This record gives sequence, C-alpha cells and structure tokens, in this order.
Amino acid sequence: MAEPIEKLSIVVSKGSLDGIYPGLIMANGARMEGIEVMMFFTFFGLDAILEKRMDNISVATVGNAAMRLPGGMKMPTWLGAIPGMSTFATYMMKREMEALDIPPVREFIEMISDAGGEIYACKAAMDMFHMTEKDLCPQVEEIIPVGTFYEKSAGAQIIFT
Amino acid sequence: MATVELAGKSLEVDADGNLANRADWDKEVAQAIAKEEGIEELNERHWLVIDFMRNVFEEKGDAPSIRKLTKESGVDTKELYALFPKGPAKKAARIAGLPKPKGCI
Repeated sequence: MAEPIEKLSIVVSKGSLDGIYPGLIMANGARMEGIEVMMFFTFFGLDAILEKRMDNISVATVGNAAMRLPGGMKMPTWLGAIPGMSTFATYMMKREMEALDIPPVREFIEMISDAGGEIYACKAAMDMFHMTEKDLCPQVEEIIPVGTFYEKSAGAQIIFT
Repeated sequence: MATVELAGKSLEVDADGNLANRADWDKEVAQAIAKEEGIEELNERHWLVIDFMRNVFEEKGDAPSIRKLTKESGVDTKELYALFPKGPAKKAARIAGLPKPKGCI
C-alpha cells in the first residue's frame, strides 16, 4: 500500500470566495483525517485572514467563464459586470454553503486553528499591501518569508490554490 | 467481508475497518476499538461525543460534521481533537460503530 499523507502545506493565493474556500475545506478535511496542516496566505489570499476583509469575501462574477445563472444557463460575461451581480452571486453561494454546513470564513479559520492547523501570512504580500500584524485575525501564528514557509513545510506535500 | 476479534467477539467490518452491523456494537466493543485507536480508556467526554454521533446517525443516516458536532454536542473543536487526536470525525465514528462519515466538513 502507498504511504498515507501525514503532513500538508496549503497555499492560498486568491481572494475571491471560490479562491479561498477550496483551501479551507482541504485544510479542515485534512485535520479531520489526522493529517498535520499548515496554511500560508499570500497575495489576495491574505483577505481571508485580514480582520477588516475576512467577513466580506465575494464571488468573482467577471472573468469566470464557468459562472451560471440560477437554472443552469451560462451567465453572459457582460452580465457579471453589472453592479450588484457579485453581491447576488455571493449571497446565493453562501446560502448553498450554509445548507451544507460550510462555515463563514472567520468561523472556518477559527475551526482550523482550534483543530491544530497552523495559519501563516506571507511577508512579501503583507509588505506589498502595507499591512502589519495588527491587521491580521488572532489565529495567525506569524508573518513569515517564503524561505521559512519551506522550512516549516519539511516533509509535507505542498498544495497551491 | 472481513471479520475481526473485538471484545471476545468475532465481528464483521467494512472496507474502512468500521463495524458492518450496527447491532454488533455495545460499550465493550467501543472500548476495544478505542484501544486499537490508541485511546486507553473512554471517559465521559468521549461518551458524550459517541452518543451524540449515534443519535445524529439514527436521525439522518450519516455521522454529523465537525461543525455540527462542536456546535451542538457541547464539546468544542479543541477538546474534540484532544479527545480523538488522530482525527475526530473518522475515529469517533469508528468507535461509535458507525461507517466513515460521508461529509466534507
């Protein structure tokens, strides 16, 4: 039998709802299986751990070719640019997720941290967006450069999202 | 289907190693499975989680999500992982004599 996965490092680099959730679900799912997990938030993915932004994550309706309207018809790309469209799509998707017991971002980050998952912010991205430690949610362990990320990932499989 | 020796009984298990027949489960069997999972003695907090899982399964046909577990059982996430260090959803379900949970959360 192949060796089971024992440790994961998940990088979250996108800040849209559909950019953030897969990483959170995979991290939480790994902890549920007893797999060690660390998460590294970089670039726009930082939004998921920034106090002022984490409760306001939305679906990208522009530039998303797979976007569908309720009923299943493909959403014309120009429609995605109409004011309120992203808010509406976000509302719809959050409703679906709540029904599946998928928590809001803040609660999800707390859950992963309480489960023993470690949360890190990328130093370069923090500097680039002029953010400091006090802008981060309390679950973040540390702001680390990429080199430290690799050191901490020793023996882990790295997943980039 | 494979059979295993648990608490002096020969019991059928599924592909994940969880009990195949829920009727085979009792507290002694639970304790024996717990031992296999590295939990020497089930305490009352373990039982709280196990009973909660069995009740939800009875009602819904699937074990509860971790989120539901922590919101409704009275055991928070940190304690849940302390009680079942190798992964609460999977391990607690196995000890509770239930199949592996189907949910992702």
